[in-house]
Amino acid sequence: MGIVEAILLTVITAATPLVLASIGELVTERSGVLNLGVEGMMVMGAAIAFAATQITGSPYIGILAGIAGGALFSLLFGFLTLTLVANQVATGLALTILGLGISGQIGEPYVGMSGTKLQPIVIPLLSDIPFLGPLLFKQDIIFYVSIALVIGVNWFLFKSRAGLKIRAIGDNHGSAHALGIHVIRTRYLAVMFGGACAGLAGAQLSLVYTPQWVENMSAGRGWIALALVVFASWRPWRVLAGGYLFGAVSISQLHAQAFGIGIPSQFLSALPYIATVVVLILISHNRRMTQINTPACLGKPFVPDR
Amino acid sequence: MRIELEKRANPSTLYSIVSPFLALALTVVAGGIMFALLGKDPGAALYSFFIEPLLDVWSLHEIAIKAAPLILIGAGLSVCYRSNNWNIGAEGQFIAGAIAGSIVPVVFHEWHSSLVLPLMLIFGMIGGALYAAIPAFLKAHMNTNEILTSLMLVYIAQLFLDWLVRGPWRSPDAYNFPVTRDFAPEAILPELISSGRANLGFALAIVAAVGLWIMMRYTLKGFEITVLGQSERAGRFAGFSSKRMIWFSMLLSGGLAGLAGIAEVSGTIGKLQPVISPGYGFTAIIVAFLGRLNPLGIIAAGLFLALTYVGGEAVQLTLSVSDKVTRVFQGLLLFFVLSCDTLIQYKIRLVFARLGQSNEGGAH
Repeated sequence: MGIVEAILLTVITAATPLVLASIGELVTERSGVLNLGVEGMMVMGAAIAFAATQITGSPYIGILAGIAGGALFSLLFGFLTLTLVANQVATGLALTILGLGISGQIGEPYVGMSGTKLQPIVIPLLSDIPFLGPLLFKQDIIFYVSIALVIGVNWFLFKSRAGLKIRAIGDNHGSAHALGIHVIRTRYLAVMFGGACAGLAGAQLSLVYTPQWVENMSAGRGWIALALVVFASWRPWRVLAGGYLFGAVSISQLHAQAFGIGIPSQFLSALPYIATVVVLILISHNRRMTQINTPACLGKPFVPDR
Repeated sequence: MRIELEKRANPSTLYSIVSPFLALALTVVAGGIMFALLGKDPGAALYSFFIEPLLDVWSLHEIAIKAAPLILIGAGLSVCYRSNNWNIGAEGQFIAGAIAGSIVPVVFHEWHSSLVLPLMLIFGMIGGALYAAIPAFLKAHMNTNEILTSLMLVYIAQLFLDWLVRGPWRSPDAYNFPVTRDFAPEAILPELISSGRANLGFALAIVAAVGLWIMMRYTLKGFEITVLGQSERAGRFAGFSSKRMIWFSMLLSGGLAGLAGIAEVSGTIGKLQPVISPGYGFTAIIVAFLGRLNPLGIIAAGLFLALTYVGGEAVQLTLSVSDKVTRVFQGLLLFFVLSCDTLIQYKIRLVFARLGQSNEGGAH
């Protein structure tokens, strides 16, 4: 395998959790709910997936546990913001703080243990294609799922009836309610979808990216995923593009360190965070662009009147 | 069964007082359950978490030491949140203040004067305010979401501090440990009373909180903050500028976080090291909400959350429970605070409906 392929492989591994967490949050936000707890749900998914893999010996059960853990954890957010109409920004922060705490407790017995790396699934014939084959068709299941999710969510939001309802709720929950759409119920489902995707992203971190448990191992990726949704202006395909762009940025620092470029490692490690700020500035200073794309009811509480 | 909310005609005064205490009670109950799940006697664990630290002088001083940054940051954040500016990067501003304030005792360590300490505090405030000026500028003039930018700047500040203490500011006589030189005695915040370690930082925190309380309650600025926070449109009609408010609230909270940073480094640690905060900037968000965004309430809330740090260390020693329980406690507390606050605006009713009957959605 050539050096270019090796680098591209690491980019894919770094991008997959970002794509997953962003595509989930995209659906949540399209329904008008801003869940800032992505970081917390992700790190919970990572801890639960690692623990479940260690207990059962099967990374696939670990993945399922991570997804379920993320979805269940997001229900806590849903209950507060949808049923009790608590402030979404503050509740999302609470979810992150709590997730970092609980995941630390779950993962404590596993600190320093080496994990079971998820094995790639080789797709026959396709994986024999030169260059692209080993890159795209000798990957683990989470990568395939991430691509399928982007395609699926794009179809779901823009081609299906249920997707239309979600977008309607996100743009005007009052009118959607008047039309008889179940605003709260749909939002619960959208929040749980976001939680499940963040949980899966976490599972990727502790089973593929670095197969072990490290406290706070999401290291801000949940926040970057939130920024990616803005960057993508709530479009699934752009999430994919943005995820890979950020994956490339965050991996470039590792390669730069390996090649011994004379820049302090801390500055290189700061690159993804700096890139996030820069990208946010570029995207949002065009006020009209952002206003057209932002779901109009994003972050606004909804209480059905009766 | 489902939960239905009914908006109150007026916010309930009763619940606005009761709600934080209700949240505390629920957190203690949930904490007891958590200890039981960990296989510890809940009574004994809660006792050594919440009561024991209050019984000896040493841990009371520790509480004051940890409450100081929480109150300073939380009070500043309350102004931000009341005006609807979501600065969640106080942790970064804390670090920026600590670095800026340390310029004098680290770079000019040969200069001895009674001016050192006041200069450090001023530099700390300026450092924190300048760091908060980045998200403020981006929000006011580039329309960029301050939540994400202020948070990203936390990671950047942590990495920058790490580089400083391992690189240019590393002490020549620390045997390659990543620390700066120890601050000279005149660069150390003096102790408050002779019985223990608590330092002047705590007094600074109380003064700042009371000052902000007076500002919020008795001045036009306080009124402006409240109006703009509740309705930007109404504020504009009153001639208030939301752009200026972004600057004001962000610089104020950043400055106080920076002051907390240099006070912590100067009063408690005595030098710079790679990690100088156990997440004070994030915990202060909980403090702000538990204190109902009221600076006086924040003093009480800051003391309580300081207790969770000290209590967490105590149970770690006596019951060998991981120190992560502190984070869990803090997260739970914020959840309960936010849910109990619903009671202020809404009446909550439990409705028992027959299965299969559709209740939600309009037009039935």
